[in-house]
Amino acid sequence: MSVKIENLFHIYNPGSPFETKALDDINLEIKAGEFVGLIGHTGSGKSTLTQHLNGLLKPSKGKIYINGEDITSKDIKLRDIRKKVGLVFQYPEHQLFEETVYKDIAFGPINLGLSEDEIAARIREAMDLVKLPFEELKDRSPFELSGGQKRRVAIAGVLAMKPEVLILDEPTAGLDPRGRDEILEQIKSLHQKVQNTVILVSHSMEDIARLVDRIIVMHKGKIALTGTSREVFKEVETLESIGLGIPQITYLMKMLKENNIQLREDILTIEEAKEEIMKWLRGRKNA
Amino acid sequence: MDKMIQVENVTFEYTNNEKQVIALNKISFEVKKGEFVAIIGHNGSGKSTMAKHLNALLLPSEGDVRVQGMNTKEEEYLWDIRQVAGMVFQNPDNQIVATIVEEDVAFGPENLGVKPSEIIERVNNSLSQVDMEEYRHKAPHLLSGGQKQRIAIAGVIAMKPHCIILDEPTAMLDPSGRREVMKTIKKLNEEEGITIINITHFMEEAVEADRVIVMEEGNIVLEGTPREVFSQVEKLKELGLDVPQVTELTHQLKSAGIDLPDDILTVDEMVMNICRLK
Repeated sequence: MSVKIENLFHIYNPGSPFETKALDDINLEIKAGEFVGLIGHTGSGKSTLTQHLNGLLKPSKGKIYINGEDITSKDIKLRDIRKKVGLVFQYPEHQLFEETVYKDIAFGPINLGLSEDEIAARIREAMDLVKLPFEELKDRSPFELSGGQKRRVAIAGVLAMKPEVLILDEPTAGLDPRGRDEILEQIKSLHQKVQNTVILVSHSMEDIARLVDRIIVMHKGKIALTGTSREVFKEVETLESIGLGIPQITYLMKMLKENNIQLREDILTIEEAKEEIMKWLRGRKNA
Repeated sequence: MDKMIQVENVTFEYTNNEKQVIALNKISFEVKKGEFVAIIGHNGSGKSTMAKHLNALLLPSEGDVRVQGMNTKEEEYLWDIRQVAGMVFQNPDNQIVATIVEEDVAFGPENLGVKPSEIIERVNNSLSQVDMEEYRHKAPHLLSGGQKQRIAIAGVIAMKPHCIILDEPTAMLDPSGRREVMKTIKKLNEEEGITIINITHFMEEAVEADRVIVMEEGNIVLEGTPREVFSQVEKLKELGLDVPQVTELTHQLKSAGIDLPDDILTVDEMVMNICRLK
């Protein structure tokens, strides 16, 4: 499912002394099945943008098309948008509210008006996707679970709606490295399996480098940069000037090059760096 | 006396769902005055429970915790301990109590019964140490996460603590907010001699400490300088923890037979060592 944004503006508190232009003429196209990373420092407009994509916020001006359908039009039903576009908020576990894990995940599907059998099947499937044991946890209170498990219950609640566009706003914030790796792995494998469109908002350049096809960089309500991870992480100066960084490994390769070691600069992972350095060492021996 | 914190044989148990949970299992360690210690470990390893023992928010089921020699079990020391050892938590929004920055910073000293003229002086001083003077009349909710967290730190500094315990202070911040907070913590440690205990999931922050303590299932499983700890790449990975990317790269190059020291922690060190291979 594709996403197309045309001349999107969002102004908070218009006409008041607190008027802020949170989105300033955004134009963007995300293809069906694409996995994009959205980065930018706090206040750059990332969350405002993602909240437009499932109709939580209305644009001050501009259009948003999901699979060709204009979701900013007046006669669109919000439920139809939410069926297609699932948004996992920051710290989604703060929104858990039901007495059992089962009921909490069921909340979205029930609102979609699905049959009871279909709801049961979807809950089981969603819990499988985030690796929560169904039998063991379905009747437990979500509030008794560990932080990482709570987070996964919240994500399962969105996955159970089977959205074709999945937006995750910092899904790993506050998790430990193991919890982070597990959740990212699950998002990735779901994407590979069903080819959904994924928009991942993250402050971790390492995670972004590892996962996404394309990066969108936001700054002051505008799109500052966009391109593949390799292209974007080459722009160190631009990224640093807007309060962002690059993965440590990418930075290392850049520094090595500045020290006259001839290596590729557009390295994103430790494996690539290792290969490149080994190649360089072998080349030297033969020279 | 040069000991800020002494933890001796501390066990902490609680009941969850009628099950007995041992969150801390006979832990002992010490923190010297002026030291910068990082505690790492995955969620549920006991880090935060440990931190809460250090200013008497929790009391040990067994064993003793002493803060500047004061045992946290002795109720008469409670307020002295809280004044000496201040705490900063993960979520800045949960720690800010006032609607104006300077009032928030004044909250602690007001409760200590400090006289108004001195409160003003302390607020000025604290805000300048976290580099937030120009925001003194602003409303905290309009600040960024990094700025809010620095206000929370200023609120602690205004109590004139000798030690600050930070429980994942940067977990909710963006990269620039994280840098601001780390810079502030380092400055307090280096220039003011305040003892720092920083609990974190970010290994690049742990690298900045004098000493790293690694916890797992209520036990201390590794302890040493960042170099000593992070050179144990396999062990840390087993524990589900990260190592800095350059350290991991070094480890992989070494196992491929490249001659490198195994305690590389920063990009600069890595560049230097690779250049040596030229």
